Amino acid sequence: MQRALHIDPKKCTGCLQCEMACSYEKDGVFNPSKSRIKVFTFHHEGRFAPYTCTQCAEAWCQKACPVEAIQIDAATGAKVIVDARCVGCKVCTIACPFGTVNYNSVTGKVIKCDLCGGDPACASACPTAAITYVDADWTGIDKMRAYAEQSLAGTA
Amino acid sequence: MQYLIIGAGPAGVTAAETLRRLDADATIRIIGDEPEPPYSRMAIPYLLMDNIAEQGTHLREHGNHFADLRIDVTRGRVEQVDAAGHRVRLQDGGSLSYDSLLIATGSSPVHPPIPGIDGPNVTSCWTLADARRILAGARSGSRVVLIGAGFIGSIVLEALAQRGVQLSVVEQGERMVPRMMGPEAGGMLKRWCESKGVSVYTGIGVSSIDAGGVTLADDTRLEADLVITATGVKSNVGFLEGSGVKVDQGVLIDRHFRTNVADVYAAGDVAQGLDFSTGDYAVHAIQPTATDHGHIAALNMSGQAAEYEGSLNMNVLDTLGLLSCSFGRWDGVAGGEHAELYAPDDWRYLSLQFDGDRLVGANAVGLSQHVGILRGLIQRRTPLGEWKERLMRDPTRLMEAYLATTQVI
Repeated sequence: MQRALHIDPKKCTGCLQCEMACSYEKDGVFNPSKSRIKVFTFHHEGRFAPYTCTQCAEAWCQKACPVEAIQIDAATGAKVIVDARCVGCKVCTIACPFGTVNYNSVTGKVIKCDLCGGDPACASACPTAAITYVDADWTGIDKMRAYAEQSLAGTA
Repeated sequence: MQYLIIGAGPAGVTAAETLRRLDADATIRIIGDEPEPPYSRMAIPYLLMDNIAEQGTHLREHGNHFADLRIDVTRGRVEQVDAAGHRVRLQDGGSLSYDSLLIATGSSPVHPPIPGIDGPNVTSCWTLADARRILAGARSGSRVVLIGAGFIGSIVLEALAQRGVQLSVVEQGERMVPRMMGPEAGGMLKRWCESKGVSVYTGIGVSSIDAGGVTLADDTRLEADLVITATGVKSNVGFLEGSGVKVDQGVLIDRHFRTNVADVYAAGDVAQGLDFSTGDYAVHAIQPTATDHGHIAALNMSGQAAEYEGSLNMNVLDTLGLLSCSFGRWDGVAGGEHAELYAPDDWRYLSLQFDGDRLVGANAVGLSQHVGILRGLIQRRTPLGEWKERLMRDPTRLMEAYLATTQVI
């Protein structure tokens, strides 16, 4: 059974532990600016929204990559950046209509969520279960993807 | 079923792979006229920066990729298309038949009529062969003049500067990337490049090139060991003369990638396809359009009636560490409103163009995170509602506006 990140913004308190965990897992530093998951704050409403890649089925980033540097992790279904192939051209950062592939100027390569190989650090770190890693069926992720991808697929 | 694809770039390769997924039994052949395995021109600047080897430019990582998919990649050059006979004639005298043909021949650099532009010290930066010439001629300390600071020129500029050459750039337009960004952003790029030691001349043409360098229209003399041209590209359509296939700027196609001739399709830089933003037909010679075209053209070639929504013109650029991007109608639409943040001291610029309460275009400089949402908002034609007024007051609240209006989460 494929699993997916399930995000429930209502449970998010804006503590940013997911960002810390992600940056530590991926770059060995506690630095939210390196995190693949970002928590957005709606100051006026006092709401928070964790946001990261949904690993879409027909991934724009993957299709747009000129050198096959975005590949699928067979175990998790995640779309993963292959650092050895990525040249840093950033086409994926404008091709992804969800804005979840970002350029890292320190490494000269792009970064995105890769589900940590099946044990996402953000979900483990979240103290309020706003981020969980559950069976994909449960999350309604297909519905979410379908909504998100609707009218973006390039065909009518 | 015999599918024949002319051109081994991203559009042709994506089409071939898509056709294979759809039809396990078809014969699929790609003809390309360059000696290397299918490669990406987009990766060439990174080869020039010595970040990758030539193999790193290849469109597909594994050498046996095409053989495994039973896609035949043949070297050859098509001279003529005989649409009535469903055949193409090759330069070497041979010919190939097809049931369905995809023209994906891409584009080639244009050379303005400058005296001396055909000289041995002048090269474009388009093919791997060009890249090898530049690697040999542009060494640390070499004096290099780059003609053209459009999108491609500006990418080449970055690569050359990283090679440690003494670099001068000449752009005939009044600013850098004049077809990608407005005066504020273009001016910012120029000042940034100058601050990094690159000499940038804008609003002036080159009057002649000789063995020792170039002379500008005002007689300014720039000594050079190597001159590189990046003065635009045009669709490769010459071989279609007499074929009956209709051509304007590129091969004219409908929303199903069909040309006016039966069983002949076109995709990528060579195709003049639907423009998402304007509803007109235009050549968008960019990587994401090439792969989208290749994918959807293949669906149609295989018999699925997939109607194209149009390509969004977009670019992303890194000029010596300063990131910039453009999307869609970055120059605005009649009657539309415009929100702008211009902070030259911080090297930041953000411009949003609206049509009613929908985003139709954008430019950004110094924006490095979540840039893709600009595409998402534009291409989904998301009604921004009350967020439009908020963005008019403060365009930096873009991500909030995106999350609030798209309900992705």
